[in-house]
Amino acid sequence: MAKILIPTPLRQFVEKKDSVELPGATVGELLAALTSQYSDLRKHLYSDEGKLRSFVNVYVNDEDIRYLSKDATPVTDSDTVSIVPSIAGGRHGS
Amino acid sequence: MAVETLSQQSTSLTNDEILRYSRHPIMPEVGIEGQIKLKNAKVLMVGAGGLGAPLGLYLAAAGVGRIGVVDFDVVDFTNLQRQVIHGTKDVGRKKLDSAAESMLDINPLIQIDRFDVALNSENAMEIFKDYDMVVDGTDNFPTRYLINDACVLSKIPNVYGSIFRFEGQATVFAYPGGPCYRCLYPEPPPPGLVPSCAEGGVLGILPGLIGLVQATEAVKLILETGESLVGRLMLYDALAMRFRELKLRRNPECPMCGDHPTITHLIDYQQFCGVPQEAPAAPAQAAVLEGEIDPTTLKQMIDRGDKFVLIDVREPHEYKICNIPFAKLIPLGDLPKRVSELNPADQIVAHCKSGARSAKAVDFLKQAGFKTVLNMKGGILAWSDKVDPTVAKY
Repeated sequence: MAKILIPTPLRQFVEKKDSVELPGATVGELLAALTSQYSDLRKHLYSDEGKLRSFVNVYVNDEDIRYLSKDATPVTDSDTVSIVPSIAGGRHGS
Repeated sequence: MAVETLSQQSTSLTNDEILRYSRHPIMPEVGIEGQIKLKNAKVLMVGAGGLGAPLGLYLAAAGVGRIGVVDFDVVDFTNLQRQVIHGTKDVGRKKLDSAAESMLDINPLIQIDRFDVALNSENAMEIFKDYDMVVDGTDNFPTRYLINDACVLSKIPNVYGSIFRFEGQATVFAYPGGPCYRCLYPEPPPPGLVPSCAEGGVLGILPGLIGLVQATEAVKLILETGESLVGRLMLYDALAMRFRELKLRRNPECPMCGDHPTITHLIDYQQFCGVPQEAPAAPAQAAVLEGEIDPTTLKQMIDRGDKFVLIDVREPHEYKICNIPFAKLIPLGDLPKRVSELNPADQIVAHCKSGARSAKAVDFLKQAGFKTVLNMKGGILAWSDKVDPTVAKY
């Protein structure tokens, strides 16, 4: 079971948890397990075409999966996967 | 606009400066040479708010010789929980004047350049040209992408910090050879997907800490000492009191700073970030639209004894801050599973803090087959303004 760290803005979609442990051999499998368990999260991570959104980055330990093997990046039980969305910090928004 | 003074480089410190800054030069990592570098440094601070407060105060105190401040906002009471560069006496004043006054009170030996403008694609390059670096203390995506792109084009570093609730990020972008903001996030989230601080809240202390990380990085860049955050994204979680760092790489295919850049001048950042061109404040002044009800009209309905159900779609912790007593609390997120508590035959009026969430609730209920659903215009804030001033505003 690899650990997925959930950032503050997305915790509302995962029962307010700050981390979730799920089975999966790759980042893609882990995130699929995550979004099937918490379906409201899906649109925040993936576009309608199923691509990881360009304002959300995923890291295995401290490395960006865009520079590893993207969704196919292998994960082991000792790895920590971080979801790091863009935050602007301020008043702007709806 | 900026006044051109201090244009020549200082090669020494006055005795007043030596005394004031004496805790700096006695450290070999700084020395007299380091303090002279600070004196000759020109830093542009965009935003005199939560992040700008510690940035402005400490960069001034440290003896950064010339600090430009860009801000067009006015101090209000809700700023004071975190924007410590402003005081209660400053409410209603321009943040620019209040910040400059605080900074010059701490250190009258420095120069403050005041830019009473909203940074935009037309003025950014002209403003940036006089500075060695930018410290980004802004609060919105369009300005953050604008600062990034203008820094890359001006070839000056962008000391970045950002906050949300209990969490912060900091790094240095656009340092020669290093990554830029677009390498980290090629595009911003669409408006509405990420809550703002006004909606999401922010721990007042958090911008203090993140702003000071930025100030530390700015001073290190000036002193050319230590290991900067270039290539590292620092993450801070105040609740867990945990610092982490992630590797940040320059993307060779980045349209801004990559090997073959395709963006060679500033663009329309409102459009890039999908922000509607209309000013968001406009609806507050507009006429009551179909499907909306003004708080005073609602009060008349109550006084007449009309039959309707008022629902409050805010969160329970907001309800505790203030509420309209007979309103039924059903948070927007819970509405789909609690819709059976409402009768589609009843007239429903929904309200939230300022009207945006209740508009979504109205749409949802109409689609669910409710015949008469109205949105209370302006939310409980407008109710406080127009009907019952004893209701607290937040």
